[in-house]
Amino acid sequence: MSDHDHEHDHSRTFQPDHPEPTTDAARVGLALRELLIEAGHYTPDEEQVVIAAMQGASPENGAKIVARAWVDPDYKGRLLENGATAIRELGFELEPYEFTVMENTDDVHNVIVCTLCSCYPRALLGMSPAWYKSKNYRARIVREPRSVLGEFGVDLPDDVEVRVHDSTAELRYMVLPQRPAGTDDWTEEQLAALVTRDSLVGTQRQLGSGSGSELPRALRQPRGDHAHAVADRRHATALDQQVVYTCLWSYFPSLTRYCKKLYQS
Amino acid sequence: MSDALFRVGQRVRIADRTPPVHHRVPSYVKGRRGIVERICGMHGEPEKFIRGDGEPKQRIYRVRIPQTDLWCDYAGSEADKLEIEIFEHWLEAAE
Repeated sequence: MSDHDHEHDHSRTFQPDHPEPTTDAARVGLALRELLIEAGHYTPDEEQVVIAAMQGASPENGAKIVARAWVDPDYKGRLLENGATAIRELGFELEPYEFTVMENTDDVHNVIVCTLCSCYPRALLGMSPAWYKSKNYRARIVREPRSVLGEFGVDLPDDVEVRVHDSTAELRYMVLPQRPAGTDDWTEEQLAALVTRDSLVGTQRQLGSGSGSELPRALRQPRGDHAHAVADRRHATALDQQVVYTCLWSYFPSLTRYCKKLYQS
Repeated sequence: MSDALFRVGQRVRIADRTPPVHHRVPSYVKGRRGIVERICGMHGEPEKFIRGDGEPKQRIYRVRIPQTDLWCDYAGSEADKLEIEIFEHWLEAAE
């Protein structure tokens, strides 16, 4: 507990079960958060509401949307046309982002990444998987998507086009996987139960054949012996530099207000 | 809302510049050409916002780039694509 006199404990962590910060960046982040709370920009209670909302979201929401699209072609059309309004029909919301759904077909496989940071439709699908945020995945999926997908167990023939979607601005993406064969008489609930988180990101293609990759090799196997290694290092370093900007960006609105307030007082 | 400067299917080039502030264009697509896949909505311009110059709205486009144009030794089908969101002020018409 810090030495100032507050009735709530926000001294070191923002969740009771959150681990102690171990890196400088984490300490700076938490220090900044404390300053913002002390300056009255938001309260720990407001913060808890946001955290709870994020924790309440899960891939099951995405699965419901997919199942509806499978059983209702008109809904699928609206979903692909304008995801944000179509998910509102089912009671979901992803404001202020544009929600964009990319359909897998026999000829096209879609996969989602955010090379600059870790943009993900969290308010809809919950927290993103750790590998989605890893530099390995982010740098390589745009560079050698077929190889990375292969590590997730998705081996695509050459006549299937791979579309990588880099989520760089105000759009958030979800893949609409293909409905498995032999499910014609299934209920919407049964169909939704087939849909996995990885299939919504595009790192799983076939549904109903296990639960996708449990621990993708993309995480376990840092590459080093590839012909592209040098080019990839440059690519990864450039991404790193932009990540620094991105971290600042996340905090900037609150920080600006705080600095202005300090300056005026 | 202003009219879109570019149309779906139009060939565009992504500017090759590096402003010393936060921007949402990764370096691997700077200077590359592609076609407009779809026109999206208007959103706050990151570079102005980060400087505290308000948040003027700019149109976002999705640009589709062949993977073989991005990476000279790309291992995969020539049909493979990368699609990425780019703010209007980062785009120019290309031949």
